[in-house]
Amino acid sequence: MNAANYLYVSALLFTIGAIGVVVRRNAIVAFMCVELMLNAANLAFVTFARINGNLDGQVIAFFTMVVAACEVVVGLAIIVTIYRSRRSASVDDASLLKR
Amino acid sequence: MINLAIEVGKTQAPEAVLFWILGPLAVLAALGMLLVKKAVHSALLLAWVMITLAIFYIAQDAPFLGIVQIVVYTGAVMMLFLFILMLVGIDSADSLKETIPGLRPIAIVAAIGFGGLMVSLLGRATLGHGLVGLQVANTNGNVPGLADLLFSKYVWAFEVVSALLITAALGAMVLAHSRRLVARPTQRDLSIARFRTDSLANAAGLPNPGVYALHNAVDVPALLPDGTPAETSTSATLKARGDVIASLPFQLEQLDETDEGEK
Repeated sequence: MNAANYLYVSALLFTIGAIGVVVRRNAIVAFMCVELMLNAANLAFVTFARINGNLDGQVIAFFTMVVAACEVVVGLAIIVTIYRSRRSASVDDASLLKR
Repeated sequence: MINLAIEVGKTQAPEAVLFWILGPLAVLAALGMLLVKKAVHSALLLAWVMITLAIFYIAQDAPFLGIVQIVVYTGAVMMLFLFILMLVGIDSADSLKETIPGLRPIAIVAAIGFGGLMVSLLGRATLGHGLVGLQVANTNGNVPGLADLLFSKYVWAFEVVSALLITAALGAMVLAHSRRLVARPTQRDLSIARFRTDSLANAAGLPNPGVYALHNAVDVPALLPDGTPAETSTSATLKARGDVIASLPFQLEQLDETDEGEK
């Protein structure tokens, strides 16, 4: 097997995550799709670290995980705040600026 | 120049077996995330994708990242997602109909274009060398190797990330905190509210919900002596959710008494 196959899986997962962010209306599911995109990028980092034979890619993937954890905490807090005021977790309902 | 897609390097046979079993499963689970209606099912499928990626990391000489992936992502992040799903309402199924007309075909066409671009880019890219592997970089072990980089070359990023973590924790606390609008009623307040009203009908407490021979649950109102349902006997939360069953089928005249004579 070719080590570049991991990169193809990573590209596919990233694309699926991008579709999910655009198509799904539930804010939590859209947020989970963002997590999927971050994970796909991490897989590419780890694979390139192996192809190039140094650990820098793994360190960057580690930083990505930390930043993703922060992002999840703040993002979910925002979703809870929006839900508390609007009783809905749909991204279509938070359109106050449009009107 | 060596073509990345052809000559990047062959891996061992066991890893190929692992990849060809788990890789398609990961992609299928990710596709399922888009297609399932309930957010909880999406979360479970995403947890499976993350576990698959952790196994990939371990297979690719990154054992530390594999363990961190399981602990941080499937452990902490997915649990947080499930907690929020429980708070926001586990049964709030996402309506899959598109609200912006034409968005879905455009999104799928754009995604196929983007994915095709990425795959063809990976197929044509050249690196100038084959698969180096991490045997040399991991000679002292993976964790010491990562620690050497983390505390020398990337120490500034490490410090900034620690500041980010503290900021995120504070931000989440500020966002999730809500002040009480009215003071919490004490036992004395509740007692006064119960007895100093116009009628003393509820002074002894509200009636219990209906308990019948055929149906024993809190979602049916009790019947008053005259046969009418007691509206105050069911919880207001159940009423707001629309989960209350009418007590009409349990009233005496409505019971099926046709087989009375056969007994």
